[in-house]
Amino acid sequence: MSTLSDQLLHRLRDARKRRKLTWWERTYLPAVAQGLWLTSRHFWRNLFLHLAHRVGLFRGVPASVTIQYPDQRRKTELRLRTRHRLTKRKDGTPRCVACMMCETVCPARCIYIVAGEHPDPNVEKYPKSFDIDLGKCVYCGYCVEACPEDAIRMDTQRHDIASYSRDGMWLDVKELLNPGSKPFGTPPEKFIQLTPQEYQQLPPTPPPPPPGTGIAPSV
Amino acid sequence: MITDLLIKLGVCALVLGGVLNFAGMQTWLERKQSALMQDRIGANRAYFTLPWRWAAPINWLFRKLGGLGILNAIADVIKLLFKEDFIPKAGDRFLHTLAPLLSVFFALMAFAAIPIGPTVELWGRHIPLQVANVNAGLLFVLALASIGVYGVILAGMISGNNLATIGGLRAASQMLAYEIALGVSLIGVVIWYGTLDLQQLVLRQGTLLWGWLPHWGVFVQPIGCLVFMTAALAETKRVPFDLPEGEPEIIGYFTEYSGMKFGLFFLTDFVEVVLVSALTTTLFFGGWQVPYLTPAGWQFPWGGALIPVSHAAYVIWGLVSFTVKVVAFIWFFMLIRWTLPRFRYDQLMHLGWKILFPLSLANLTLTGILVVALK
Repeated sequence: MSTLSDQLLHRLRDARKRRKLTWWERTYLPAVAQGLWLTSRHFWRNLFLHLAHRVGLFRGVPASVTIQYPDQRRKTELRLRTRHRLTKRKDGTPRCVACMMCETVCPARCIYIVAGEHPDPNVEKYPKSFDIDLGKCVYCGYCVEACPEDAIRMDTQRHDIASYSRDGMWLDVKELLNPGSKPFGTPPEKFIQLTPQEYQQLPPTPPPPPPGTGIAPSV
Repeated sequence: MITDLLIKLGVCALVLGGVLNFAGMQTWLERKQSALMQDRIGANRAYFTLPWRWAAPINWLFRKLGGLGILNAIADVIKLLFKEDFIPKAGDRFLHTLAPLLSVFFALMAFAAIPIGPTVELWGRHIPLQVANVNAGLLFVLALASIGVYGVILAGMISGNNLATIGGLRAASQMLAYEIALGVSLIGVVIWYGTLDLQQLVLRQGTLLWGWLPHWGVFVQPIGCLVFMTAALAETKRVPFDLPEGEPEIIGYFTEYSGMKFGLFFLTDFVEVVLVSALTTTLFFGGWQVPYLTPAGWQFPWGGALIPVSHAAYVIWGLVSFTVKVVAFIWFFMLIRWTLPRFRYDQLMHLGWKILFPLSLANLTLTGILVVALK
C-alpha cells in the first residue's frame, strides 16, 4: 500500500533518471507535430470566435483571455482590499475617535492624524485632519483591523490609483469621507483641519459601487 | 525594344511590390497570429485622428484599421525612420551602412528567378511571369541566398562589439551547417524532374502521377521536402533557429544597429520568409499549378468532359494559386516560429551535420536508384 507521499517520492526518484527515448521520439517529429496541432487549434478556434463575435454569434464564448483595461475591468471580490474610506456617523461627522491605533500600527507610516476635542463628552476626541499618503501605503489592511470603531474601511472597489505627481497620491480628509469626489489632477488639501460643524456641511457620501462588478464610478 | 523593357519593368514591379507587401504584412501577421495562438487580442490601439470635420470618414477608417492592428506597421516605420542612426566608434561608417543593404539586396534579388505564373500570350508576345528566365534558376536562387549571409557576418564583424561578432560567427556556422543539407536535398528534385530551370520545374509538376495524384515534389520527394523545409527555416534565422540573434543571451549581429538600418535587417528576415515560402511552393508544391487545371481547361481524374478555360482565366488561376500557396506557407512558418522553442547551439549543429545532412544524402541515393530503376 502506497501513500500519496510514497507516490510522490517515487515520481521524484524516477524524474532524476532520464527515460530513454524511442527512435521515433528521438526524431522529435511527433512532439513537433503535437505542438503545432495545439497552437494551430487555438489559432483557428480564436479566429473563428473573433469573426463570429463580429456578426453577433457566440457572444458568450470568449475568444481571448485579455481584459482591455480602461474599457473593461476585472471583476473584483467584495473582500478585496481597495482604496480606503472613512465611515460617517448619522450627522455626517467621521466615526473616527482619533485613538491613533491605525497611525500606530501602520507599517508604512502613511497615516497622519491630528486629534481635536469633541464637543460631546461621550466621544471625547475627533480627528481634525486625517490624511493617507497612498504613495507610501502597502495595502496591508492593518489600519482596518486595528480600528475599534469601524471608522476606516478598504471597500471602495477603487484600485486604479494613478497620478502625475506624488501629491496626486495624497488622500485628504474630504476625499477619504467622500471617495471619488475629487476630479483627477486636483491638488489635495494636505492636513486641512475641519471642525465638527464643517464636517456636517460636507456633501453626502456617494453610494458604494455594486459589489463584485469591478466597476467603480468614474470620476 | 522599348515595349519589351516596359513589360519587363511591369513584371519586376509586380514581383517586387508583392514581395515587399507580403514582408510588410508579416509584421501585422506576426502580432495578430501570435496573439490568436496564445488566446490574446494583439495590437489594436495604433490609430490617429485628424482634427477636421471633413476628415470624419477617414478617421472612421483609421479607427477600424487601427482596431485590426494594421496601422501598427506604419507606426513601426515612422518610429524607425525618426530614430537616431548610430554608428559605434569602433565601427566603419561605409561598411556599417553596407551590411544591411547587402543583406536585403540579395534576399530580394533571389526572387528574380522564381516564376509567379504561366507564360502570358498577349498580342502575339510571350511574356513569362518571371523576372529573369535563368536556365540554372535553382543554382541562382541558392547562390543568392548564401551570399545574403555576408551582410550578416559583415554587420557582426564591423560593429566592434563582441556580442555582435559572436552573432555574426554563429550566423556563418549555422549557414554552413544548413546550406549543405539544403543543397543536397534539392539535388533529388533536380534529378527527378531533370531540370534546373524553375519554370520548367513547375511545368513538369503539372502532370499527373498514376492518373490522379498531382506530380508535385512533396509526393515524389517527401524526405527531401522535410529536409528542405527544416534547412530553409534555419536559413531565415527565425525562432527555432535564431541563434545569430539569440535575444536573451547575445543581442545578435545587429546589436549596434538602430533606426532604419535595423529595420532593413528586420525586413530581410521577413523577405527571407517569403522567399523560403515561394521556394517551397515552387519546388515541392507545384508552383503556380492548380491541380487538374491544364492550359486547355479542367480535366478531373474521376472522368467527365474537359471544362474549357480561357487563357486569361488560366493565368489568373495560376497567379492566385501561387499567392495562396505562398501565404499558406508564410502562415505555417509563422506557426512554427511561435510554437517551438529555440535550439541549443550544440543541438543545432547536431541536427544540421548529423541528421539533416546524412538524411539528404540517403534521399539522394534513393532517388538516384529509383530514377534508374524506373527509366
